Amino acid sequence: MIEIKNINKSFNKKQVLFDISGQFEKGKTNLIIGASGTGKSVLLKCLVGLLKPDKGNVLFNDRDFTNGSKKLITELRREIGMLFQGGALFDSKNVEENVMFPLNILSKLNKDKKLERVNHCLKLVGLENINNKMPSELSGGMKKRVGIARAIVNNSKYLFCDEPNSGLDPLTAIKIDNLIQKLTHELKTTTIVVTHDMNSVMEIGEKIMFIHKGKKLWQGNNKNIFNSKVKELNEFIFSNKLMKKLKS
Amino acid sequence: MKNFGKYIIFISSLFQRRESFKTYFNLSINECIKIGYESLFIVAIVSIFMGAVTTLQTAFNLVGPLIPDYVISLVVRDMTLLELSPTIIAIVFAGKVGSNIAGELGTMRITEQIDALEVMGINSSSYLVLPKIIASILMYPILVVMSAFLAILGGYIAGTISEVIAGAEYIYGLRYEFNPFNIPFALIKSYVFAFLVASISSFQGYYTEGGALEVGKSSTQAVTKSCIAILIADYLLAQILL
Repeated sequence: MIEIKNINKSFNKKQVLFDISGQFEKGKTNLIIGASGTGKSVLLKCLVGLLKPDKGNVLFNDRDFTNGSKKLITELRREIGMLFQGGALFDSKNVEENVMFPLNILSKLNKDKKLERVNHCLKLVGLENINNKMPSELSGGMKKRVGIARAIVNNSKYLFCDEPNSGLDPLTAIKIDNLIQKLTHELKTTTIVVTHDMNSVMEIGEKIMFIHKGKKLWQGNNKNIFNSKVKELNEFIFSNKLMKKLKS
Repeated sequence: MKNFGKYIIFISSLFQRRESFKTYFNLSINECIKIGYESLFIVAIVSIFMGAVTTLQTAFNLVGPLIPDYVISLVVRDMTLLELSPTIIAIVFAGKVGSNIAGELGTMRITEQIDALEVMGINSSSYLVLPKIIASILMYPILVVMSAFLAILGGYIAGTISEVIAGAEYIYGLRYEFNPFNIPFALIKSYVFAFLVASISSFQGYYTEGGALEVGKSSTQAVTKSCIAILIADYLLAQILL
């Protein structure tokens, strides 16, 4: 489980996160949703340690990631897997080398075991026999899948996804969402997904945190999101014609 | 001053949370190929022509009834060892290798590849930059030695073909009153310049913010700042060591 307590973050005296607290559960897909520019990605970066909050704490199973020792932080980081918006695959390495990269750095497995693990993860994300392809030869959806394989290859306990289906067609986007949810259930990871896509909310939103202008306004799940009385959340949900039609 | 402070912190970060020796060894070998081997052609071309032009211009300016011909090769030798090979090649090195390093790291930054390393618990600056600096320090002095040899050879070829100096006279001039300290001096300069080019270019690339336009700007700034640093270091080393 990941717990955040009173997270505040400013850039050049402009505050972007205000006292955000909440819990993200193990074995569930936890979504952070909100419109563009509301601070979702900043919160995610605070969670994975790419940014340090000005105030507040991030706790990974009661271990303080924000103010912990360097040793603890390194240890925790090695339990984290992250899928970046664009995949963030290393251009100079092929698919196999990209997925094997965390193992080369972090594990003591021999080469055969590493390869076995890489192939297993590629199979889990539905990509087989593309080990020698370079990132430039992959489609957007394939890059995301390879990114997911890299994120889980080291048996990560915590999986973070930054807008995993941005730039993808609706069908591929749903496939990626379902894949994330399937892996979360199978591997029992604590998964946090940042998104502004309502399809994702409906598809995999087992626990949802809504952020507006840097403040947490609502927390719930995809079953009770439509019953919310929060005006900003309703505006966000029913911003397109299809959702308005569904509501009426 | 703020940037200089940030540069010092960046350099010190290279030595924190390091990975295994084997990791750095493999990365450094790859970088040696990129930085050293792939620079051979441009360094060779520039050096040969640099030596040839220096010979012809020295002959044009110096030769008279009272000045012996061998002075031409003596001037070529000392200019090559003291200034042309370590410094001018360093400028070329900054243009080729420096812009490449800044572009590579800048692209890695804007495509979140550096963030990916950090999330994995890897010290990205140490992992990406230290091998480049090691490779640069290992390979640049070799390039300088090769450049000095080719510049002097280029001078010999140009001098004998254009008949401004006889071959034997050129060799005599090369040996005449040779100061052996010029070689360690050139090598010391090459180590310093190699460090400056690799570290400044890496710094520029590593802290790129924005998109493709900013990567281009970082590359340009890497070359500009490296060249300025080379010239300042050149002056200081001459002042201190000569």
